[in-house]
Amino acid sequence: MDSGVTGPSGSSAGGSVGSPGRRLLLGIAPLLLLAALVAVFIVVDPTSVLRTGFPPVEELTIERVTLPEPGVMRVHVVNGGPEPVTVAQVLVDEAYWKHEIDGDRTIPRLGRATITIPYPWVEGEPHEIVLLSSTGVTFSYEVEVATQTPRPSARFFGIFALLGIYVGLVPVLIGLLWYPFLRDVGRRWIHFFLSLTIGLLVFLGADALHEALEIAGSVPAAFQGVGLVVLGVLGSLLTLRAVGSVRRRTGGGDDGPRDRLRLAYLIALGIGLHNLGEGLAIGSAYALGSIALGSFLVIGFAIHNTTEGLAIVAPVAADRPPLRRLLAMGALAGLPTIAGTWIGGFAYSPIAATLFLAVGVGAILEVVLEIAGMMRREDPGGLFQPLNASGLAIGLLVMYGTALLVVA
Amino acid sequence: MSRRDWLKLGGVGVAGLSGASILALARRGGAAAALERAGLRQEAGSTHEELQQLRMGVFGDYPPGDGFDPMAFLTEFDYGRVVRDPSGRTVREYEMVAVDREIEVAPGVWFPAWTYNGQVPGPTLRCTEGDVLRIRFSNAGSHPHTIHFHGTHPTEMDGVFPVIEPGERFTYEFEAKPFGVHPYHCHSLPLKRHIHKGLYGVLIVDPPGGRAPAREMVMVMNGFDTNFDGENEVYAINTAAFYYQTRPIRVGVKEPVRIYLVNMTEFDPVNSLHLHAAMFRFYRTGTRLDHHEFTDTIMLCQGERGIVEMELENPGLHMVHAHQSEFAELGWMSFIDAVPHLAAEAGVPVHRHG
Repeated sequence: MDSGVTGPSGSSAGGSVGSPGRRLLLGIAPLLLLAALVAVFIVVDPTSVLRTGFPPVEELTIERVTLPEPGVMRVHVVNGGPEPVTVAQVLVDEAYWKHEIDGDRTIPRLGRATITIPYPWVEGEPHEIVLLSSTGVTFSYEVEVATQTPRPSARFFGIFALLGIYVGLVPVLIGLLWYPFLRDVGRRWIHFFLSLTIGLLVFLGADALHEALEIAGSVPAAFQGVGLVVLGVLGSLLTLRAVGSVRRRTGGGDDGPRDRLRLAYLIALGIGLHNLGEGLAIGSAYALGSIALGSFLVIGFAIHNTTEGLAIVAPVAADRPPLRRLLAMGALAGLPTIAGTWIGGFAYSPIAATLFLAVGVGAILEVVLEIAGMMRREDPGGLFQPLNASGLAIGLLVMYGTALLVVA
Repeated sequence: MSRRDWLKLGGVGVAGLSGASILALARRGGAAAALERAGLRQEAGSTHEELQQLRMGVFGDYPPGDGFDPMAFLTEFDYGRVVRDPSGRTVREYEMVAVDREIEVAPGVWFPAWTYNGQVPGPTLRCTEGDVLRIRFSNAGSHPHTIHFHGTHPTEMDGVFPVIEPGERFTYEFEAKPFGVHPYHCHSLPLKRHIHKGLYGVLIVDPPGGRAPAREMVMVMNGFDTNFDGENEVYAINTAAFYYQTRPIRVGVKEPVRIYLVNMTEFDPVNSLHLHAAMFRFYRTGTRLDHHEFTDTIMLCQGERGIVEMELENPGLHMVHAHQSEFAELGWMSFIDAVPHLAAEAGVPVHRHG
């Protein structure tokens, strides 16, 4: 029973560790032990017992295949597995084919290689590329529709920029023209439209999250696609939250016009990041030949994105912001589409795409939380008042309906 | 490198693009001579780079060394240790051991094979109809195996039962009949895996009077599913993909040539052999002395086999490959080089039975 009495005093004595030097030592000690464990593992290699007789685990990921000119294929490979992999042979369309690898045929863990294959690919037809490792494991990639990969020339930068303007910038700016209409509808209806905005954003966020997780599946295992998504979503959400809370502490935070303006910019930023992801998808799909960008698709994107302009102006509608601010918001939301098409078209990487999309999801999440918070402070019923709830539902339905137009 | 060398390489590069152009060369005075002029003879001073030009798409080459030698395998016939039984009959004794071994099936590509005597295909056993075969089999592998011979024999010697566990032994003994070319292979379950992992070979039973003298060779059409997805990544004759493409099999012009051809390909129902620039006589299963057809393309089902006989009229490179283009481009691609007066050269001896 003595221990029961001395316990609390003992633990409080342990809680005060004394001098800062001692505390530092206590903090570092586990790290030193870990380093010792790693050293022992490397020297003694106790798991070698488990490995005997097993073939090495090999994992190559073909990140991207480009067709820079007629008769040439270029394969970009990453080793995302735990062991080095030796590319023994390369097959195209079920035939061994001559090729060159820049650097060593054995690709180290997390190493990269580019394989150039002189193969007479056929415009508009699919081709399959298979890498055969020294242990007979195969890694394949299908070029769905062979078409020459655009070079980063002035012409293609221009075409992609135009594409970005069509699907990103112009629709958002058109959406902003709802501003005069919203200006005069009164607070009750402003809340309705803010709820509608939340509906739009939730849809966009879910869409971007789905896309991010899908691309995460094609990220080499070592780079942990799902981990990247979590990092991107929470990273951007927490960053924006932290910045917002600092600003609220220094600048009052009474939901005044300045806060509403900040919110509008935040919405524009979130939508901009989402549109960057959209641009990536369009640019890479075009470059990889997996979609033909018909005018129907462009029209679909345009209608879909017009609603984004409405979402931006809803918080500031009553405040009569100057035109230049509205244009700045439109640019913030729309221009990233252009950057996205460029990156997607010329330098697509699943890792970057996953991260971009996840960051966009985090930003959208933050915006949704901000709008909902503002509405709750202004009106205790908040989002779940019948009128506002129907606004949210309508927002989701509008997005669903217009997204039907984008099915490629 | 001189300008002349560069032009030579250019010419050879074009030739390497297709067998057709090599044959075009052949028509203009013999491919062998043409390639000789281009410095492409494999014996005399030909460089690795030059030989590379003959390849289809395969990268690299088989390292010279103590591994399986497909060129030697062509003409290696194992007649066994000959003894006489009390009645004076010829008894041929063989030792066969099943062992696991990694084998190179395409340059740089290694396959975890199950083998007879450490090689795929297993040794080519050869005897005369009526001989007694006594095959002492021991299983040094990691799985239960058997040897199932095609042909006529007592059912208890059929190599299905008993299954020989690792570490166990069994002696197969039967009279060799009928004459012909017969495959042997493991019959353990799962059958598909035991065969495609490499447990097969050829048994040649000669007719009592022997066959006419000829340059003889064994070709086993096989394939390897290196990633175990139920489809072959590699096709070949005698295991090594594209091996005889850069090392053409040399025969004499107008010299009688006899090929014992066996299809042991797994997963694909049929395989085929197509000879360029000449025709051959085909003896199904080799069980009759007169041929069944005169053709340049023959199709064989899994386990089907026969004897190809020909005399090449024209000197030069004769392409030989599966007429399934897919198999050809995945490794089943070879050349036979007809050389004038080859018989006079030192080289593969012409087989004369007796």
